[in-house]
Amino acid sequence: MNERNVHRVIDGIWRIESAKIIASLARMVRDVGLAEDLAQDSLIIALERWPETRIPDNPGAWLMTTAKRRAIDHLRRNKLRDRKYEELGWEIDRQREPDWDEALDDPIGDDLLRLIFTTCHPILSTDARVALTLRLLGGLTTEEIASAFLVPEATIAQRIVRAKRSLAAANVPFELPPKAELAARLSSVLEVIYLMFNEGYAASSGGSWIRPMLCSEALRLGRILAEIAPDEPEVHGLAALMEIQSSRFRARVGQDGEPILLLDQNRALWDHLLIRRGGAAISRAERLGKAFGPYLIQASIAACHARARTSSETDWVRISALYDALSQAAPSPVVELNRAVALSMAFGPAIGLEVLDTLMEEPSLKNYHLLPSVRGDFLMKLGRKTEACLAFKRAANLARNEKERVLLLKRAAECSAD
Amino acid sequence: MRFMMVVKATHDSENGVKPDPNMLEAMARYNEELARAGVLVAADGLHPTSSAIRISYPEPGGKPKVLDGPFTETKEIIAGFTLIEVKSREEAIEWAMRMPDPHGFGEGQIELRQVFELSELTQDPETLAQLNQIQEQVTRKPRS
Repeated sequence: MNERNVHRVIDGIWRIESAKIIASLARMVRDVGLAEDLAQDSLIIALERWPETRIPDNPGAWLMTTAKRRAIDHLRRNKLRDRKYEELGWEIDRQREPDWDEALDDPIGDDLLRLIFTTCHPILSTDARVALTLRLLGGLTTEEIASAFLVPEATIAQRIVRAKRSLAAANVPFELPPKAELAARLSSVLEVIYLMFNEGYAASSGGSWIRPMLCSEALRLGRILAEIAPDEPEVHGLAALMEIQSSRFRARVGQDGEPILLLDQNRALWDHLLIRRGGAAISRAERLGKAFGPYLIQASIAACHARARTSSETDWVRISALYDALSQAAPSPVVELNRAVALSMAFGPAIGLEVLDTLMEEPSLKNYHLLPSVRGDFLMKLGRKTEACLAFKRAANLARNEKERVLLLKRAAECSAD
Repeated sequence: MRFMMVVKATHDSENGVKPDPNMLEAMARYNEELARAGVLVAADGLHPTSSAIRISYPEPGGKPKVLDGPFTETKEIIAGFTLIEVKSREEAIEWAMRMPDPHGFGEGQIELRQVFELSELTQDPETLAQLNQIQEQVTRKPRS
């Protein structure tokens, strides 16, 4: 195997092993930034050595052992000559022939969980949390993260360095959050993953096909989280939501890159395997027998759409009820807007319009094009065409996406045409 | 990107011989590892070809010929598959290398195949136009 090929093989191995190695080292050295540097050292050693020797039979274990030895060296070199390092040193010496099958068991899962709780720590800004999580959990390079967010590489590099520094400065412990903080900390983790997903999801309708990488990374993290924190219903809720939303990838953009709305999508193009996985994730959450949180409710709404063979078969009554539940669990003007749509589909546009009218003064929706767009739709159905035309024009003015703007102007023209 | 790891049939799998418990355990551990890495999409095993049928079209445009199983050329028969979602071809290869020998008697064979993505099929504008035309013909979009 030539050197280039070996490097590519190492890339593949690194993708699989890096998060586990960083997580294990972070438990030893209690600093995620340092853990990543040490893990990188082991990667560099492999890149230098493997082309000359050969790739070991168990490359993951080789990298882990090498990285742990680096960590021990580091601890020895440093001031930390306390009892802790004696213990660790003894442990690693004893493990000359480590049982790596055992090492792949739960402790690794716990370390990964500690790692994700750390990279999503609330002391960091949201941007920093997302970048650090992609870097340490996803094993993405700075360059890859930068291209996903369409920002210069230096910006991301700096963001990651600062985030690591902030965690070290605040002395954030590398541990699972105490029970009292668990709910809040978990929701920070879920928020980061969903933000990552939405960043990719929103961009893909703008004609850009680079960012779906963010969706697949978020989905992968969601799936990992569902395995290492299986007792939390919202974890499965988020996984289900992302599975089902991902199932529509192929159907949501038209030939010329224009967005296709859910109800107009070609359902044959939906990925039914992902829909099934989403359904399975919802069932897993239901079996836990705990209350439904916002992600699980949203996933149930998505599943409701996914179950309908045609858009006319959609169970809007059930969806309205789920939106009622969502507006209780996580009230927001956008949820109200969606609730209005569901109500209008279930019980007629007049009822939807009533809910919308309560939102007209809502400051956070003032520049949100979907509010006048939905309003236009209701008015059109009620035969109030002049008002509908005005609403669509207003929506077109507010739309940020060029393709959406064209679509809205077309609808405005339709109401004034007859 | 998605890859399918295809496990080929053997004499044992075709004759309904139950797999060795150690192999089953190794396979279960492997699947668990895939799930925990967030890459497992689906995994299934198939019944032997004794209950299968094969439909062939020996004459172009002619009628199909139906053949009942079992089929004999085990190396060409699929016994099961695992679908994974990974970032690169190299990652897929690494996972495939880690799959336990599916039969353990010198007959084990795994084939790694990449799944087509829509964007790959639609690189060419002509093909894209054609696909969309077919979609429009086949799908009747219900209008409310």
